[in-house]
Amino acid sequence: MTAHPLIRMLDRGAVLFLALLGAFAIAIPVLNLLVPEGSALHVSTYLVALFGKYVCYGILALSIDLIWGYAGILSLGHGAFFALGGYAMGMYLMRQIGTRGVYANPILPDFMVFLNWKELPVYWYGFQYFPYAALMVMLVPGALAFVFGWFAFRSRVTGVYLSIITQAMTFALMLGFFRNNFGFGGNNGLTDFKDILGFNVQAEGTRNALLVVSCLALAIGFLICRAIVTSKFGKVLVAIRDAEARTRFLGYRVEAYKLFVFTLSACMAGVAGALYVPQVGIINPSEFAPGNSIEAVIWVAVGGRGTLTGAVLGAFVVNYAKTFFTSGVLAPYWLFMLGGLFIAVTLLLPRGVIGTYNHWRDGRGEARAAGVPNAPPHAAK
Amino acid sequence: MEQHTTTALLYLNGITVSFDGFKALNELSFLIEPGEMRAIIGPNGAGKTTMIDVVTGKTRPDAGDVYFEEGTYDLSKLDETDIAALGIGRKFQKPTVFDMHTVEDNLLLALKNDRRVRATLLWQSSTPQERRIEEIFDTIRLKSLRSRVAGSLSHGQKQWLEIGMLLAQEPKLLLVDEPVAGMTDAETRQTAELLKEINRTKTVIVVEHDMTFVRDLGVRVTCLHEGSVLAEGTIDQVSQNERVVEVYLGR
Repeated sequence: MTAHPLIRMLDRGAVLFLALLGAFAIAIPVLNLLVPEGSALHVSTYLVALFGKYVCYGILALSIDLIWGYAGILSLGHGAFFALGGYAMGMYLMRQIGTRGVYANPILPDFMVFLNWKELPVYWYGFQYFPYAALMVMLVPGALAFVFGWFAFRSRVTGVYLSIITQAMTFALMLGFFRNNFGFGGNNGLTDFKDILGFNVQAEGTRNALLVVSCLALAIGFLICRAIVTSKFGKVLVAIRDAEARTRFLGYRVEAYKLFVFTLSACMAGVAGALYVPQVGIINPSEFAPGNSIEAVIWVAVGGRGTLTGAVLGAFVVNYAKTFFTSGVLAPYWLFMLGGLFIAVTLLLPRGVIGTYNHWRDGRGEARAAGVPNAPPHAAK
Repeated sequence: MEQHTTTALLYLNGITVSFDGFKALNELSFLIEPGEMRAIIGPNGAGKTTMIDVVTGKTRPDAGDVYFEEGTYDLSKLDETDIAALGIGRKFQKPTVFDMHTVEDNLLLALKNDRRVRATLLWQSSTPQERRIEEIFDTIRLKSLRSRVAGSLSHGQKQWLEIGMLLAQEPKLLLVDEPVAGMTDAETRQTAELLKEINRTKTVIVVEHDMTFVRDLGVRVTCLHEGSVLAEGTIDQVSQNERVVEVYLGR
């Protein structure tokens, strides 16, 4: 009755998604590095960095879908976890600049010299080491999510109230990071990166490598999410989403489930931010802007929540549209279009693109099963 | 914890619950012995559902004692999850199943098992569990619908699925809130049979409006009115009680 976990996890949609992602991760670097520049098939380095950015947004969308689509937790502050992961990576990249900065201080980043700071703040210690920074990329967002979730879920804050306090959280962080004495470069943020693990961040090879690593991270994140949502844990999450009180009366500790999945999701968002920063070359407090988090939720809604693949698709499509429209004469109207898109999806495609497709496919399957006498029941998912 | 000398499985004494000054329960006291089946009746607003809320931890009493298992556990100090883990199962007035899950998954989620995060993450199906689910399907007669989404079931089928989920929990005490609301006469009779069967191994409290159904059950009846016990006894004794007749017909 229940298939092997691996088969359950890798259904047709999941395999197709991973295959497409793999093909993308191979094709883009090949078309960039091996196809000569004059050729029609050549992909410019600008596009490589752009696609790399989309993949990071895809990871962020995945992390939102995991909690929103499956556990019903609508976080409107996930950009905060993304930005914290980005800052952790930015701190590593700053320490790599060393004496190549404007003030050539071997220890202090330029902005600290400019502010007349004499020594490195304690919380910057250790960030010259990549493994430490990589750990912090997940640990800092994870710890914040854990503490935040601990209080919110134990006090049974749900629905729109939770969404509002997540907005407040990211807004508060934005105000904090804007301050110079916070020690993260104030409103300029962290930028002018030179190299990552000894490779020049601007180089073509590094950009392609970052794209491939981002695709890999997306694939791993996707597999982790699939493993979770197809396990019994995932069934409990959906039960919580649809009937929280009932789940409690069945004896499930709802707050523990929410806390686990929320913390994991924040770690994933942190990884997305960390991969994003070296590809765009800057991290500043505007990444904490409440609007960013809302935009990320729109990607998931467009692609289809509770589908995982839909979230990634939504992130790609909406961001491609954003790049396309904001670089032309339509630029001033982009926010209207984004708002219009959200309203259109909510009214016309409440399940999102992938969700609508899945629903149509399942409906066809059921009709077929009902039409044939003694049809075998569907295999349990 | 202080031991209370009672042989009762469930012991309620002087329970008072007020909502904005309105006393939903007013010094409610009664006992349920192990293995008993009890029907609780009463007009609308008598406090039947509030009583269930107090026992299952949804509502905290303002005053009074609620003890489970011969006074071992003070239920007024525990939350819903802890109380469910002690073995108190609840069926809601409105059938509440997980609409998006299949009938089988609904039972699987209810099945008595380790409820902690790590256990459900690493969970694998096993033969004893599958056999248990088959047994429950035999009892609730929904086997042919096992892979249907629970949201697509009829009202009566949902009621039965919810009773199946209660069985899967293997509770010591079942609280069943209006199990036959909206059922046909045939379904009502079948449900009475089902509850009697369940009562062979478990203690059951049934809250019900439907007098025919309560008569079918043939068990001891407690009539609530304005948050306290009005009468207790067999259905004939209770239905002949003058005050009971008054509160049922007099308004």
